[in-house]
Amino acid sequence: MARTILPFGPQHPVLPEPLHLKLTIENEIVVEALPTLGYVHRGLEKLCEVRDFNQMVQIVERVCGICSCLHALCYCEGIEEIMGIEVPRRAKYLRTIWGELHRVHSHLLWLGLFADAFGFESLFMQFWRVRERIMDIMEATCGNRVVVSVNVVGGVRRDLSPEQCQWIEQQLIISEKEIRQLQTTILNDYTVKKRCCGKGVLTKEQAYQLGAVGPMLRGSGWAQDARQTGYAAFGELGFEPIVEYDGDSYARCAVRFRETLQSFDIVRLAIARMPAGETAATVDSGSDDDTPTTITGNRGNIIQSYNRDKHHHITAAPPPNLDIPAGALAAKVKGKPDGEAVTRVEQPRGELMYYLKGDGSKHMDRVRIRTPTFANIPPLLAMLPGCELADVPVIVLSIDPCISCTER
Amino acid sequence: MFNMTKNVVANLFAKSSTRLYPFAVRGHFEGFRGTLHINIDECIFCRTCMIKCPSQCIAVDNKAGTWTCEAMSCVYCGVCVDVCPTGCLSMTNDHRQVATEKQTMSYQGVPKKKKKEAAE
Repeated sequence: MARTILPFGPQHPVLPEPLHLKLTIENEIVVEALPTLGYVHRGLEKLCEVRDFNQMVQIVERVCGICSCLHALCYCEGIEEIMGIEVPRRAKYLRTIWGELHRVHSHLLWLGLFADAFGFESLFMQFWRVRERIMDIMEATCGNRVVVSVNVVGGVRRDLSPEQCQWIEQQLIISEKEIRQLQTTILNDYTVKKRCCGKGVLTKEQAYQLGAVGPMLRGSGWAQDARQTGYAAFGELGFEPIVEYDGDSYARCAVRFRETLQSFDIVRLAIARMPAGETAATVDSGSDDDTPTTITGNRGNIIQSYNRDKHHHITAAPPPNLDIPAGALAAKVKGKPDGEAVTRVEQPRGELMYYLKGDGSKHMDRVRIRTPTFANIPPLLAMLPGCELADVPVIVLSIDPCISCTER
Repeated sequence: MFNMTKNVVANLFAKSSTRLYPFAVRGHFEGFRGTLHINIDECIFCRTCMIKCPSQCIAVDNKAGTWTCEAMSCVYCGVCVDVCPTGCLSMTNDHRQVATEKQTMSYQGVPKKKKKEAAE
């Protein structure tokens, strides 16, 4: 059979990111895929030589537009580990809240793009409309829609007032209601299932061997999530990852959809348990009626603990570190980083890893970033051979590629 | 097949999700980091904003008493506002207007005299 080599990307109607795939096709069936990267390299890691370690927070935020908050969080946690800084408890909760809101908006963006990939444009519009509400929360609480700039080494820069917490909860209730209306369509619709089920299957063994991360890994049956390591406030909130077992595009879509709903619960739980008194107390007595009470699947643990809090009115425990005054948002940073650290956080796309090395000067010696898409490209290349050409966009999008992140 | 019917009907009778720009302009929330402003009279030309700025868009000359900001290079992170010791920098919640050429904000103030000079 004659083989044809077809260029796919870097500019393609369905691909939001500049990834080039050289597809070898045989009668509409892909037999080989070779990726080419390097279209949007910006050299952000190199900037650590000319910007000091505090300024690098704003630089690493710009690695990725969609998950800027989590990049800054990962970087700050690394520097704090090197310098031995204890972050105020309230700041940890605030970081969790903004991090999870970022996950919600990233997943909603992806769900919309995924719907668009198989031509369901009205669903794309519905998801992005819900996303706009989350972006409004970001703008009102952080001062910007996407690159929020709230993390600093030692804590956070902004606080949430009790009124803002209540408003966020109200917005989340509306958003969750709107998302649930779309649940049947994205997860049960015949056409959607026809395009996703059994497409781009990554078996459990393959996912492990090829080093898949994030929803890719969890969609293939591995219950692994960097949030289990307990960064920010996750150590106190408790966390159980969402798992699907089929390993196809549909499973990954389901993981992301359910994670969106789970993130809503985490935000609510974090707001309810946020220390330094007033905020937690006011919100606790707030919108009792609208809390979700149905417990389904893996969301159970989070919802149960959330409801338990509500019923027993457990507010914040006293902060363990008495050096930091209650209600403080950032610890004082003294000295310069000397040493090295590896930190991991769960980005919407998977596990993000930072390797940081300081040499005792104000500039970092090395800032090495490994983004989840980098880890997910080998599994993608394993999924593509054997699929039909028409399914390539859906499969490529199912890894949620963020090429600008990967190339930094 | 009729999963979206409820949404479709709701959309038919709901008000429009989009705005008729430019007749209806979206407002910004309180605390939105829109544009940077300086009250040059209060500025002491300490250069803290210049040193801390991650995008290095601010240039301060403490001898000549000038404060300059490359508006197009500014990333609106708000670090300068946080670190300013006199609080002369502020951010308002309105966007910088679209421009056809690169803009620079330049201000001329009175440089603070050194103690010796002041005594003389």
